[in-house]
Amino acid sequence: MRRAIRLISLWEALLVALLLGAVVLGSSLSPYFLNSNNLSNVLSDLSEKSLMILSMLLIIIVGEIDLSVASILGLSSVVLGDLWMHNAPLAVCIAAALAVGTLAGFINGLLVTALGLPSLVVTLGTLALYRGCAYIVLGQLAVSNFPDGFTTFGFGSIPGTLIPWPFVIFVVLAVIVILVLHGSWIGRQLYTIGNNQVAARFAGIRVARIKLILFTISGFISGLAGVIFTARFSSARADNALGFELDVITIVLLGGVSIFGGRGTLPGVIIALFVVGILRNAVALADFPTETQSIIVGGLLVLSVLGPNAIVRLQNWLTRKRVFATLITYVQRSRT
Amino acid sequence: MVTETMTTEQEGQRAPSAVIRVTRRVGQVRELGLLVVLLLIFVGVAVPEPRFVAVNNLRDILLSVAIIAIVVVGETLVVLTRNVDLSVSAIIGLVAFVSGDLFKQHPGISIAVVIAIGCAIGLGLGLLNGLLVSYGGVPAIVVTLGTLYIYRGLDYAIAGGKQINAFDVPDRFLNLASDTVLGIPLLIILAAVIAAIFALLLRYTRLGRQVYAIGSNPEAARLAGIQRNRLVLLTFVISGLLSGFAGILWAARFATVDANAATGLELLVVASVVVGGVSILGGSGTILGAMLGAILLATIQDALNILNISPFWLQAFYGAAILLAVMLDTLIMRRLQRSYLTRRL
Repeated sequence: MRRAIRLISLWEALLVALLLGAVVLGSSLSPYFLNSNNLSNVLSDLSEKSLMILSMLLIIIVGEIDLSVASILGLSSVVLGDLWMHNAPLAVCIAAALAVGTLAGFINGLLVTALGLPSLVVTLGTLALYRGCAYIVLGQLAVSNFPDGFTTFGFGSIPGTLIPWPFVIFVVLAVIVILVLHGSWIGRQLYTIGNNQVAARFAGIRVARIKLILFTISGFISGLAGVIFTARFSSARADNALGFELDVITIVLLGGVSIFGGRGTLPGVIIALFVVGILRNAVALADFPTETQSIIVGGLLVLSVLGPNAIVRLQNWLTRKRVFATLITYVQRSRT
Repeated sequence: MVTETMTTEQEGQRAPSAVIRVTRRVGQVRELGLLVVLLLIFVGVAVPEPRFVAVNNLRDILLSVAIIAIVVVGETLVVLTRNVDLSVSAIIGLVAFVSGDLFKQHPGISIAVVIAIGCAIGLGLGLLNGLLVSYGGVPAIVVTLGTLYIYRGLDYAIAGGKQINAFDVPDRFLNLASDTVLGIPLLIILAAVIAAIFALLLRYTRLGRQVYAIGSNPEAARLAGIQRNRLVLLTFVISGLLSGFAGILWAARFATVDANAATGLELLVVASVVVGGVSILGGSGTILGAMLGAILLATIQDALNILNISPFWLQAFYGAAILLAVMLDTLIMRRLQRSYLTRRL
């Protein structure tokens, strides 16, 4: 246990170093990097991902995964756009987008809990299904004539500051998640489920219901992210946020959350959020296209699981070596 | 079956255990079911649109399956060991571009060299996946989700905005995809031979049985002395190699290749494997089933096309196919397990 704590704090120290490295890299790649407008851009670019990591964190802590988040984002964005195109009031469009996202998450949860299917396969299937539904609704069309108030909410900032509006939502939700995850019995239940699902069930934790709720929350948050994405780019398209699941999962795992569940904290994930956001921004300022940036993010994803594995293995190896050394000296001493 | 003709005495010694019998029967039921569904689709579509069953169209369906089928073989091996390889589409795209680019940069380069380089790239990328999964201890989904984007990113970095066109590559190379042997397209023969080789390997060699063993019960397989890491590595290497080979054929068949080639194909490959009755939990399923799965999906794609249904339906359909297949498998498995348990009691 003590070793686990040491490992986590070591990991967070590494993350902070990585964050500083990213800032140094950014400012060396471009003179505009440390510009306050650019830093505001970094926050703005993280609008959707910052929300989606919150629900992904909870899902991975209980030992599941949701690969379909980006597709739910796309689907809810398209629903919003399609209704707006058919002259529905904006409030109705937004409500429908949120409802569709929630429903999509609920279906994921139902398939995982009621049928007992692995979440990996279920959400890989719905990754294709929900994105496909988005294409069925809008095809190649793009809806873009949204009212000013809506788009200002998307890319505008709090008056007098450079903090984008969507970031406020993130701060509010993050505080709630911190309180629930790290300060309440619900959080302890989530960790218990992730550590030992069978034991959790025997301890009277309603594992299936909690998972169902988490997947539904994930759907709702992805729907909300869909609304924000649509507002930010003033565009509803079926291929919105294609591939976002890579960044979301990378950030959560890079933040020190174990892919096997049961371990990880929000503060680590928030540092990782800025690492990925700043790296992407820095490399984009140096004129690398999104697809090339993904090499870095994909690399971080693999390293974030490989790293702790390697550290644990190294520690084991060192311990074994020390045990051997002590054993040998002991044997030698007893001989003389 | 052979066991039925044996005397009871021999049966006691030689008959496969009930679990194996049950899984085999599920496999046979699945393959038969796939054939029935295929037949229903053919009849259902051919009645309003007779051109669906024209020899030319059937050939087109098989041609479009051929390249996918080669990748599906590798994916089947990986899934049998309880892993998954999402990076196949990126490997296909990368190799397709690189092999086209080789012809463009070095006119007169021999086709054999390009094939060798393409296969070597696929093998190398598969090796990296396999090492990270087996010896790195990173779950396959994490590794291959990462490398899916890494390999595709490399593809973009190499290709930039460039595109390979038909006139950049020699005709002899393009002929790879259009040649026929005894009237049968070379592509289909290649796919069938590769599928047959691996089907036989899985069915009749110790290696094959070990692959099933680590998928169906990793702990028992370890206690039986099976080198899990080595086998998992091997399956990923084969998957990478076959994807690389498929990438070369992709370049030969489509001639125009840019950095987007084969994007999203991994979903079709996984869907084929799962629809073909290979359990996503590992340890059960056959290459034949996966091939039928691939043919079924390609047939449905062609049917949608002929019935003038928008291609936008395809992706949703692949997703639904994955979900339905997995649900069906789980339900059947549960039913069978229950009946097996009650019979024993």
